[in-house]
Amino acid sequence: MIREFEDAIIQTVCRILTPFLQIFALYVIAHGHYSPGGGFQGGCILGASFILMAIAYDINAVKRRMSEKLNTLYCSLGALIYAGIGMLCLILGVNYLDYGVLHKILPVDPVKARALGTLGVEIGVGIAVMAVMVSVFLNIASGGEHEEGAVE
Amino acid sequence: MKLFAFVVVFLTGAALIYSTIDMPEWGDPNSPASTHVSPRYIEKTIVETATPNAVTSVLADYRSYDTLGETIVIFTAGIVCILLLRRSAR
Repeated sequence: MIREFEDAIIQTVCRILTPFLQIFALYVIAHGHYSPGGGFQGGCILGASFILMAIAYDINAVKRRMSEKLNTLYCSLGALIYAGIGMLCLILGVNYLDYGVLHKILPVDPVKARALGTLGVEIGVGIAVMAVMVSVFLNIASGGEHEEGAVE
Repeated sequence: MKLFAFVVVFLTGAALIYSTIDMPEWGDPNSPASTHVSPRYIEKTIVETATPNAVTSVLADYRSYDTLGETIVIFTAGIVCILLLRRSAR
């Protein structure tokens, strides 16, 4: 289905574009407090940069850079970061996901702690969305075999 | 049986459409959502969360339980895709 093919224009453009896409994705995640953006959007862009690589080269180009184990780990890690921040608030003695209490362990005042808690869960969402996008694409495109040209 | 299912779907749809007649006008400034909820978030978002973008503060702070659910939905979708499709090569 997805075979390695030689197309100098597509591969060169993809190679130049990918780092900028990833920097932009991190910017969208980190700047979600001040402009449109956040974890879902940034994670989608980050996942799209890997998918672009899989389309322009082949699936192994992605698997060399991010192995399947690592990708599945990232899926769980994103959800774990979100739920973990919620549990941290619970342990510190307030309601689930009430970030204001994080000022006890961070060197900021409670209002700033809320903003940092928001940033933390956005990072978790971004990691989860990125890993799930890549995983779903690789599984569907290769029929679950994760090989180039797996499905005839 | 097919006719019965059609009647049930039709009646449910009719009830739902009928209930929309009671809803406030689109963008009505006097609707409950515009008089209590939205001004509260717009006025207090900087004071309470230090986040200038009210959309982000509502999404990830005031309504973070909802966003946790969304993340779990995406996580579940990915895991189920792996479980259903992944198989070792021949």
